[in-house]
Amino acid sequence: MEEVSPTVNVTIPPKTEAFKEWASDQKAFKGVPWGKAMMWIFLVSDTFVFSIFLISYMTVRFSTKAEWPNPSEVFALHVGHVSVPLLLIAIMTFILISSSGTMALAVKYGYEKNRKKCAILMLATAVFGASFVGMQVFEWTKLIMEGVRPWENPFGAPQFGSIFFMITGFHGTHVTIGVIFLFIMARKAWRGDFDTGRRGFFTSQKSHYEAVEIMGLYWHFVDLVWVFIFAFFYLW
Amino acid sequence: MAEGTQQHPLKIYFFVWILLFVFSAFSYGVDYLQFEGFTRWGLILLFMLLKAGFICAIFMHMFWERLPIISAILMPCCAVLVFLFIMWHESYYTQLVRKIYFLITGG
Repeated sequence: MEEVSPTVNVTIPPKTEAFKEWASDQKAFKGVPWGKAMMWIFLVSDTFVFSIFLISYMTVRFSTKAEWPNPSEVFALHVGHVSVPLLLIAIMTFILISSSGTMALAVKYGYEKNRKKCAILMLATAVFGASFVGMQVFEWTKLIMEGVRPWENPFGAPQFGSIFFMITGFHGTHVTIGVIFLFIMARKAWRGDFDTGRRGFFTSQKSHYEAVEIMGLYWHFVDLVWVFIFAFFYLW
Repeated sequence: MAEGTQQHPLKIYFFVWILLFVFSAFSYGVDYLQFEGFTRWGLILLFMLLKAGFICAIFMHMFWERLPIISAILMPCCAVLVFLFIMWHESYYTQLVRKIYFLITGG
């Protein structure tokens, strides 16, 4: 009989680094700061929340017998006597993208520990975000005045209202929370907390420029969600 | 360099910023120029995926992350696609049942 060796040799081919690391029985995600990994995990869970909203929107829109309102007309704005389709939504899209741009630069200057530029760019991001929320308030007001409710609307399928308020409302909440935290982070950066390692009033953890990058991840995610909402809800 | 920090030239951020503006303008153009049917849906999806890809890869630095964290983020999202597929069929089934019901009841 052939003798069986007690040791098992497993050759791991290259390109399986991810699995090796997940199975390493140590800290997974080597080289990634703890807070950043946690933010990514939160964002994955938030992806599920927004995905489920968008999928329920698809299900409702495909299964209703009533005609779906044409967003191009519902969200049109009158400039003089001309009706421009989706004008406000387009402006909101460009504002959010600009805010993402300033945030990306803030993260870059955060890496370089450039206190002032980082703070000013985060402040600019917060202002862009706040104006986005302001426009959303305007849009909600306009639609509510026109008689759009979660259970009915004058344009067509009654489900339109509930989907609109739920999806844009949830996204708007995310933007609002982001704006609040951006103001806090901008103040921290300006005061030099990230350079001196001053402890946070709530967490008592030492401040670090990593926080700017984590803030950036959240903000870009908010922009990312808007890309999908813009495509599926407003354009489709 | 401290753990987990990255340095990238300023140029790439401005480049992506401009690209996102251009793609947004194009996707707005799809609505403005009144494209219909598969042209419309295809173009919307194309510009959406391009924008999402650039935001994720460059602004969120995913392009420079290591494979373990990239796959930990992207692989769960594939489950969403499966759910999407299931609900897509479910919704057409619901519509069919509704149509038959209204046909019978004359509603």
